Amino acid sequence: MSKIKSVFDSLDKKQSKALIPFITAGDPDPEMTIEILHTLVDAGADMIELGIPFTDPMADGPVIQRASERAIANNVGIKKTIEIVKEFRQKNKHTPIILMGYANPMEAIGIDLFIQLIHEAHVDGVITVDYPPEEAKSFVEKLKEKNIDTIFLLSPTTEDKRIKLIIEQATGFIYYVSLKGVTGSANIDIDQVTERVRNIKRYTKLPIGVGFGVRDAKTAKEVALISDAVVIGSRIVQEIENSSRADLISNIKKLMTEMKQAIA
Amino acid sequence: MQAYDLPDQFGHFGQFGGTFVAETLIEALDELRDMYAKYKNDPDFLAEFHHDLKHFVGRPSPIYFAERLTKKIGGAKIYLKREDLNHTGAHKVNNTVGQALLAKKMGKPRVIAETGAGQHGVATATIAARLGLECVVYMGLEDVKRQSPNVYRMKLLGAQVVPVESGSKTLKDALNEALRDWVTNVSNTFYIIGTVAGPHPYPMMVRDFNSVVGKECKSQMLELCDRQPDAILACVGGGSNAMGIFYPYIEQENVRLIGVEAAGHGLETGKHAAPLSSNSAIGVLHGNRTYLMQNEEGQIIETHSVSAGLDYPGVGPEHAWLKDSGRAEYVAVTDDEAMAAFHNLCRVEGIIPALETSHALAHAEKLAKEMDPDQIILVNLSGRGDKDINTVANLAGITL
Repeated sequence: MSKIKSVFDSLDKKQSKALIPFITAGDPDPEMTIEILHTLVDAGADMIELGIPFTDPMADGPVIQRASERAIANNVGIKKTIEIVKEFRQKNKHTPIILMGYANPMEAIGIDLFIQLIHEAHVDGVITVDYPPEEAKSFVEKLKEKNIDTIFLLSPTTEDKRIKLIIEQATGFIYYVSLKGVTGSANIDIDQVTERVRNIKRYTKLPIGVGFGVRDAKTAKEVALISDAVVIGSRIVQEIENSSRADLISNIKKLMTEMKQAIA
Repeated sequence: MQAYDLPDQFGHFGQFGGTFVAETLIEALDELRDMYAKYKNDPDFLAEFHHDLKHFVGRPSPIYFAERLTKKIGGAKIYLKREDLNHTGAHKVNNTVGQALLAKKMGKPRVIAETGAGQHGVATATIAARLGLECVVYMGLEDVKRQSPNVYRMKLLGAQVVPVESGSKTLKDALNEALRDWVTNVSNTFYIIGTVAGPHPYPMMVRDFNSVVGKECKSQMLELCDRQPDAILACVGGGSNAMGIFYPYIEQENVRLIGVEAAGHGLETGKHAAPLSSNSAIGVLHGNRTYLMQNEEGQIIETHSVSAGLDYPGVGPEHAWLKDSGRAEYVAVTDDEAMAAFHNLCRVEGIIPALETSHALAHAEKLAKEMDPDQIILVNLSGRGDKDINTVANLAGITL
């Protein structure tokens, strides 16, 4: 059983929901990333999405784009991202890490090498934003062999026929994108999300996480009521961008604690 | 050669092409693919398309025998397909007319586009005005500064020009930003991509609309010379003008197809925009798999060319396939060689070519010398150079 599944199972027994923060590896720098990862866990993160910096993040809004640019300026790419996970794992063996990135860096170092490296670093799941299921079949198979989950996105415009196709390949959980747009866009329409999540549940027993547009504790609470996990990305990255070095850790802790309490 | 029928139903040209986008765009691409399939052979749609190409664009564009240039170079006869004479001054308008008509059929009141040098932006703004569509053009901040006359042209035509400040602030970033807009405004917006790149069906659709160029050449060459050319040359950035003229000739294997990339300061310097000629690695960008200029960890690297229209780190997936299959050849020409060919055509033939096109002309000069006087080279004169006079003047140290 994957670590992601066992976390969901134990949350399920407690009838509570997962909190999944996102940050970009190497933002504001590699050392701080590791400290931030531990802080996120201390403040209640059940798993963490770690972004692989890419020059052309076409599904991301300006906040996460700038995080990628800062990380690349620090020479953080796909290999360094995996190194960061390894270092995090020295102190934390239990919190699932999900890498989120684009296909090109993964293919550039070679899919087989990528999978080998993340297996060695004890990565638990991968989201490749621009691999739709049609183009990802052998990728999913290879990840399965290493017991690494492949998490797919579903969007507000995904038709039922396609939901079935995606669910056939998805493992770990389903990431429901709550709005039409890029990461960090406008606030979400909770009624619409409720209806869509209910619809997806008709097709799968996999947990459903909701992200894109969860900007405050109130929304996090509403999302937690209708899903299995709340993903918070741009709001945290924004905190990293706007905080002074001295306040960074305490600001993140405060934000995360708020979110955790909201969904508890 | 067997019948050429690429891409397959998923948009693959061999291992290239495909649909590499976030799930949020799939629905829009499915809709576009279905609507294009519905209209591509629809007689009314095609009649409307060809009516606009004739009366609004001014097609067919002539083929012109560059007699004085031929004499000066010595060797094969050089013919020019005069896409520079189109309305808005380049081949780009052929494709925008097609896509804008499709937008109208699909009931999308708003069109968006990315642009580098501004030619595709101007062509989109033009047809949007003609059809009464709202138009937003994304343009890298660097390009906005370099190409201010085209920015003003777009504004005159009623388009909103949005400077893009992310990444390298050039064409590839404008494309990213246009994709982000499309994801957000999918229900009322049609994205008019300007080259044979992007996710399926764009590489196929842009090629099809622009293949009017090659189709005309086939009959015009017979009228003019009683035969087809020995070699066809076209510059390649993303590769839309080259695909437009190559495509109808792919099955005719006795015609050499040669794409000319931008070698910038020289392939050996790394400052160029020639993914095919420099043996770049294969990767995934802007929705398709192709050859890409990138570092060993897959970050896209900045390109250089004197011509903004060739300044793109990737290349259309069909070109990647044509290269690997051996059906087309790809070479690269430096900034300096292109500039020399630019001046040559101005002085010898009275035609100011676009700097992009000047790359194809420079290689035509090299190739003609190696060929016999009874052989024929056809160059796609993809655009006129009025837009480039500031760049050329700057290089000569002149402020206009």
